[in-house]
Order: sequence, then structure tokens, then C-alpha cells
Amino acid sequence: MSPLGHFSQSEAPSLSGHRSPFVLTSFCTEDNVLECRSYINQEVSSLGLRAVWTPTDGPAELNVVAVLNSLYELIQLHRQGLRALDDMEVERQRSASNTELLQLSNTRLKGQLELSKRENTSLLEKERQLQLKVKNLQSCLKNEKEEVQRLQNIIASRASQYNHDMKRKEREFGKLKERLNQLLVDKKEKKQAMEVLNYVERADGKRSMWKTGRTEARHEGEVYRTLLSDYDARQRELVLENSEQRKVLQQMKRDMVSLLRGSKPARREETPGDPQTQVRGEGDSEDSEEVFESSCVDAREKLTNSIRLKWRKLKSHMERLDSQASLVQAGEGAEPDAVPLETHGQEMERLKLEIQQCKDFIHSQQQLLQQRLTSPCEEEEAAAIPPGSPMQGEGGRPGERGRLGEDWRALEEQRTHFEKERKTFTEAAIRLSHERMMFEEDRATWLKHQFLHWTPFTDQNQPEMTEGEQEAASVFSPECLPGSPSPETSSSPRCQALQTQSTADPYRSLPPSPESRYR
Amino acid sequence: MNFSEIFKQSNQLCRISPDGRYLATCVQYRLVVRDVNSLQILHLYTCLDQIVHMEWSSDSLFILCAMYKRGLVQVWSLEQPDWHCKIDEGSIGLVSSRWSPDGRHILNTTEFHLRVTVWSLCTKAVSYIKYPKACQKGIDFSRDGSYMALAERRDCKDYVSVFVCEDWHLLRHFETETQDLAGLEWSPNGCVLAVWDSCLEYKVLLYSLDGRLLSSFSAYEWSLGIKSLAWSPSSQFLAIGSFDEKVRILNHITWKKITEFEHPATICSPKTVVYKEVEKRPALSIQDLSSHSVSSGCPLLAVQSKYEISQPPFQIPVVKPDLDRANPKVGVSSLAFSADGRYLATKNDNMASVVWVWNMQKMSLEAVLEQTAAVRCFQWDPRRPRLALCTGTPRLYLWSPAGSVSVQVPSEGGFQVHALSWHSNGDSLVLIGKEHLCLCYMDTEDKSTDSNIWTK
Repeated sequence: MSPLGHFSQSEAPSLSGHRSPFVLTSFCTEDNVLECRSYINQEVSSLGLRAVWTPTDGPAELNVVAVLNSLYELIQLHRQGLRALDDMEVERQRSASNTELLQLSNTRLKGQLELSKRENTSLLEKERQLQLKVKNLQSCLKNEKEEVQRLQNIIASRASQYNHDMKRKEREFGKLKERLNQLLVDKKEKKQAMEVLNYVERADGKRSMWKTGRTEARHEGEVYRTLLSDYDARQRELVLENSEQRKVLQQMKRDMVSLLRGSKPARREETPGDPQTQVRGEGDSEDSEEVFESSCVDAREKLTNSIRLKWRKLKSHMERLDSQASLVQAGEGAEPDAVPLETHGQEMERLKLEIQQCKDFIHSQQQLLQQRLTSPCEEEEAAAIPPGSPMQGEGGRPGERGRLGEDWRALEEQRTHFEKERKTFTEAAIRLSHERMMFEEDRATWLKHQFLHWTPFTDQNQPEMTEGEQEAASVFSPECLPGSPSPETSSSPRCQALQTQSTADPYRSLPPSPESRYR
Repeated sequence: MNFSEIFKQSNQLCRISPDGRYLATCVQYRLVVRDVNSLQILHLYTCLDQIVHMEWSSDSLFILCAMYKRGLVQVWSLEQPDWHCKIDEGSIGLVSSRWSPDGRHILNTTEFHLRVTVWSLCTKAVSYIKYPKACQKGIDFSRDGSYMALAERRDCKDYVSVFVCEDWHLLRHFETETQDLAGLEWSPNGCVLAVWDSCLEYKVLLYSLDGRLLSSFSAYEWSLGIKSLAWSPSSQFLAIGSFDEKVRILNHITWKKITEFEHPATICSPKTVVYKEVEKRPALSIQDLSSHSVSSGCPLLAVQSKYEISQPPFQIPVVKPDLDRANPKVGVSSLAFSADGRYLATKNDNMASVVWVWNMQKMSLEAVLEQTAAVRCFQWDPRRPRLALCTGTPRLYLWSPAGSVSVQVPSEGGFQVHALSWHSNGDSLVLIGKEHLCLCYMDTEDKSTDSNIWTK
């Protein structure tokens, strides 16, 4: 360990402590005088003091003067230091007290600031409230002013009305006074009088009666009778109205109950049994006690209360349905209860189509019936044509038409007979329809027979049938019928004969008959 | 629609007889009785002075002619033209004269409303009623003609006396709680009497036939009150028109207000049909002007008009009245129910050219008719819901739920329609001008030909 290190160790405690005594023995000993001396020199010169030892003084000697001077200077320095320390101490104390003072004042001022802030906010609040009050008062004032204005207007109009009336009364008063003066002056007074040539009868022809107690009583009676009849009429009307409304309410209740029952089978358990039984019980009791209900307030209230209950349930049900319907519209599955509009619309369309078809059918049937009525006439004419004439077949049609036209003109002259024969004709038509039916049945059986017994023998029948077939075809084809008047009744058996002869072909060429449709 | 020729009349005195067969008109001091259909003069009577008031008796056998200045009343008979009757009130004067419902008594009110004298044409009996009140409507007869209500004022209090018209027996006499009774009216069923106060106080009192007070209704205080009042034909409703431009409807069961009809200046409801009269002046060329005489009555220059349907919102022209004057021109002054009671026509005085038609079943505004001039008179057809109105122009206006039409009255001399009155069968109208009158015959059989001129 170097002596310097030793020194520094020993110096440190001395410098850190304030007035700790120097331990001289540990620093300088007899061995290290020279080192101490040089060290001291260094230190002193570093402090800016005169050197303790100069090399001129001699190697192992100390300059006592210099040492004493430096010692003195050191003491001075030390004293200065102490003084400075004292001063600094004082200064420090002073500043400490200052800071304490400042801190106190700071806290005090802070407290004051808080207080003043709180006061400020409270004052602001008060101001706001006052402003609100002011606003209110201003609006009140405005209202009051308006009210005052209105009242003033009213007063003004009343005043003008009073003035007007007053003036009118004054004028009348003036006239009265004048009249009174005039009457006082006027000597001859014209009395009231009535001149009549002769007295007339009363409007109702009766004689006028004396005023007696009986007539007075009669008048009183009349008055009360009138009033009573009016009250009676009104009461009757009200009773009628009441019963009608009660009926409507009961109907509504029944409908609501059925709706609720039908649409919410699952919720039946939820609904308390009492209303349902109450409903049923009420219905029975009310039907039987309708007469007494008019005076029973309780029954009325029961009815209205039950209606209200049902209506509330119905409303909640409808709301649920609405929400479900909206869900359906969003595409979240079909609700079995909700009636889809599309199928409903389709049903309507279908029904409409059906109606239209039926109408068309009826119309065509009417037309056919008309044709049927006129067709026997044609058959007669067709029968009048000789079978072997060249007019048969398709080529003879125009000639036939010409002849028919002539016949038609001839028949035109017979139009007066038409009305009489119409009745018989309709009977014939009815008979005709019956016979048609028979004919159809016959034909069906004949066809069946033919089909089942398909033999060459049918060829022989055919040439005979051809004429009948063609005649029938000409009879039943719509183009040749000009709508001629009714034929004689004798034609109908011929129709029958023609009909029974026809074969499967006329069956095809025949327009559909009403009977076949109905079969 | 057919129009008769124009006849002269004076004082707007033209009345059709209650049985609908005759038309009586006054020309100065002459009374002319014509047949309604042929307009032939049947009788001509001469009175002693200019006729001021003329009235048919209820059985259409007699006509009363009153001459107030002379204090005379002359009665003429249709059956016996040489029958005469003259009532001279003498110095007591005459202010009003009317028939009693039986057609055999005449009630004369003396000057200053001193008393009412009941003269009888059947007997020599004369009755007097003291202290009748001089007000807007002081006497009213019930519809069946059995009772008469008379307003009286004694010692600054109002009274109502009910008389039996058969023998003028005083049935009831009671005081009313009014400040200044202005009028009274029987309900059509004759069981209720409505009594209303003057416009300074809004008050309606309802009395039963036997004099009991049934109810009292007052909508507001202090402002000017009731201006007009009308019963519905079934006696179910009482419509009250007031100065606050509203009509209040009371019901006959509770006598409380069931609804209020307002007359705003803007109509926004799309359900109301608004008919606006539009005048179209004919475009004439110089040639036309030179060839025809340019007079206001020239039919060529006559201003045609038609109705146009306006779309909502609709602005109504309002005339602000002078509130400083008495009886200001504001408020509902005319009310009329249609014969079936389904419609109510009203007129608000500060919207004088507009007639409002209300639907009483829906209690809403049905139609509004705006004319080019102030509406002078409107009256419902006694048989069907058809309203006729006039505005002082030479045109007749008709409204019905099917539509409305404006018809020019054909005339050379510029006939302005000031008032109108329906015939009791609803098939013809008497149009009364200032000095002339004209009859209008409606097309009764075929309504379809008229329908194409109706504006819908």
C-alpha cells in the first residue's frame, strides 16, 4: 500500500465529516516526512498558496516561515470556509423557512382557489337558473300580454256592441217620447178596429170553445201526451238499437271465440278454462235471458268484458300472425295457418275460368237448341228432295240453298203463324230431346252390337244407310240452316225415323248434343 | 231546366202558396196571384198602400198584406175574391204582422213592441199579449201549429210564454236564465224549445215543452257568441254557429257538443271536393260588337261561368272584418240542414263568397263552393239533397252530391238573383231579383240529361 493510498483513505473521512479532528499521527510519521512534505507542497500549490518547501531550502528541512505562512493561510482559508459555511447555513435556513412559508401560502392559496372555484360554479348555476326564470317570466309576460290584448279586443267589441245597442235603444226611446208627445197633443185617437165582410169558418171546421178548466186540463194532457210519445218513440229506437248492437256484439264474440279456438289449438291449455266455460255458459244464459238483460247492468258488463278479453287475445294472435307472415315473406318457411295469397289467387282464376266456360257452354247450347228447333223444317225439305236426284251430296248444296232461299221467302209470308206454332214447337223440341236421348242409347247399343258382332252383313246395310246418313248430315250441319220457322208436328216422326237410321258416321258429323254432355 | 219570363215585383215579396198551386207577388200596392205552372194571373187585388209584408195562410185560402206605415192589414180570400177584411191598428201603430198556424188568426205587433194583438177571422174575440220582446226572433210556432212560444221582457228579466194556438190559452210562463234573450226556436218534433242569448254571451238553453229546463250549453265566455242556430229535421241535432267561425253540433240525448266544424282559410283534406266558380268572358270580335247593342244585359256579352274542381291544398279568400264596429262581419251567420238531415250548409261571414257543405253522417266537410261574388242566399230543396244558391249575379248555382252546376238565367235586362225560394215539391224555384222575379222549372223526369252538365 502506497503512502498516498494510505493518505487518501485517511483523508476521506476527514473531508466528509465537518469538524472531525484530524488524526495527525496516521498521516505523517517519521519515515514518510519527505513524502508528506512533497505531498503537502503539492496540495498547497494546488490550493493556490505559497509552496511550503522549495528545493532551495534544503532536502531534509522545512522552511518554517513558509510552513507557518501556509499554515496561516490555511487557517485563514479554513476560517473563510467556516464563515462561508456559516453564511451558507444561514442562507440555507433562510431559504428553508422561505420555502416553508411559500408552501404554506401555496396550500392556503390552493384552498382559496378551490373555494373560489366552487363559488364560481355555484354562481354560474344560480345565473343559469335565473336566466331560465327570466325566460319563463318573459314567455309568461308575452302570454299575459296576448291575453290582455285579447281581452282588450273582447272589451272593445263588447263596448262597441253595447254602444250600438245603447244608441238603438236611445233612438227608440226618442221615438217613444215623440209618439207620446204626439198622442198627448193629438185629440182624436184612432182606435184599433177590424172590418170584415163576414166571419169565416175555422180551419178545422169546429166551433171555438170556451176557456174552462176542462180545456185547460185537456191542454195539459196534450202537452204531456206529446212529450210521452216522443220519449216512447226515442226509447223504442234506443231499445232497438241496443238489441241490434247486443246481437252484433254476441256475433262478434262467437266469431272471435271460433277464430281463437280454430287457430290456436295448442294454446287451449294456456287459456284459463274459465273464460271458455264462461263463454259457453254466457252464451246459453244470454240467449235464454235476453229479455231480462236490458235491465241488468251486470250482464251488460259481463258481455263487454268478455268481448274485450277476446278482442285482446285476437289482437295478440293477429300480431303473431303478422310477424309470422313477415317471416314467411323473408323466406323462412311456410306457416300452416297463413293462407298463401298465390293459391287463393289461383283458385279465383280457376273459378273464373270455369264460370266463363260454363257461360260459353250455355250459350252454345242455346244456339244449338235454336238450331234444333229450326232443323226439323230442314229435314222436311231435305226429305222432300227425291233420293235419287243429282242434288244429293256436296255438289248439290248451292242449288239447295237457292231453293231454300225461295222457300224462306215463302215462309217469310207465313211468319204470322210462327207464334202459334212456337208452343207446339217447343213441346216438339222437348220430345225431340227425349227421343235424342233414346236414339243415343239405341245407337250406343247398336254400336256395341255392331262392334261385338263384326260380320260382312253390315256392308249390305250401308247403301241403305248412306242416304239417311247424308240427309242426317245435311239436316244437322249448321251451314244449311237459314233459321226457318217451325215445321209441322208431323215432321217430328220423320225426324225420328231419320235419326234411327243413321250410323257411326253421322255420329261423328253430328254436333255434340246436350244429352250426351249430361250423360 | 226551364226559365219563365221575368215579372215585376216590389219589396222582394214573392211567395208560393203552401199547397204549391199559386204564386203571389206584390207590385207596389197590388197583389197578383198567379198559377204556378202557367203563370196566368188568376186574381188581382188592390191594397190601400204599398205592401210591406205579404203572407199566405197555412191552408192557402187567404193572403195577408201588411202596410206598416198606415198601420193597416188587409186580408184577401182566394175562394171569394170579393171578400175583404181590413185591420186598422190606429194610433198604436204596426211593426209586424203574421198569421197563426191555423190560418184564422192574425198576430199584429204594435209599434215599440207594446203588445201583440191577436185578431180572429172567425169570432169577434181579440186577445192581447203584453210585453213582447223586440229581438231577433221573439215568436216561434211549433211545426204542427199547436203551440206558440213568445219571448217577453219585464223588469229587466227575460221570460218565455207558451200558448196553445187553439184557444190562445197561456200554457206556461217561465223566466229564462239569459242576460238578453235574442231568439227562440222549437225543435221540429215540437218537444224542445231552444232559447239563445244575445251575442254578448254564448248561451243556449233548452226547455222541454212543459217548461222544464233540460240543459244549458255555453262554449266559451266573453267573446262574441251565437250568430245563428238551426235544428236538424229529425230533431236529433242542434247546430249553433258563432262569431268564432265555428259550428258546434249538440245531440238531443245529452245536449252536449258532439263535434265542432271549423272554417279554416286553408283546406287540406283530400276528401273534400272544392268547386271554384270560374268566369269566362266570351271572346267577341268587332263585328259582333257593332251588330248587337252593347248593353250589360246583352246575352252575348253575358259572363258565363262554370265550376272547376280545385285540388287541395285550397286557399279561401278571407276578408278581415272591422272589429271595432258592432255586429262584425265575422262568424257563421247562415246554417241550413238538408231535408233528409244528411247535409248541413254553412256560410262564414268573413269568407262571404264560400258555402261549406258538411256531411252529417260522417261529420266531415263534404264540399266547398267558392263563388266569384258574395253569396246572398242559399236554400235546400225540400225533397232531395240539392242546394240552390245565388250571389247577386244573373246565375243560379246548384249543388248536389253528384256535382254542381252554374246556370245562366236567360234575360235581356240583366236580371240579378238576390234571393231564391224553392217550391214545396222541389221541382221549381222562385228567383227574386231587385225588382223582378223569375221562375225556374227543374227537369223532373229525366235526370240523365242534366247529369252531363253537372261538374263532378
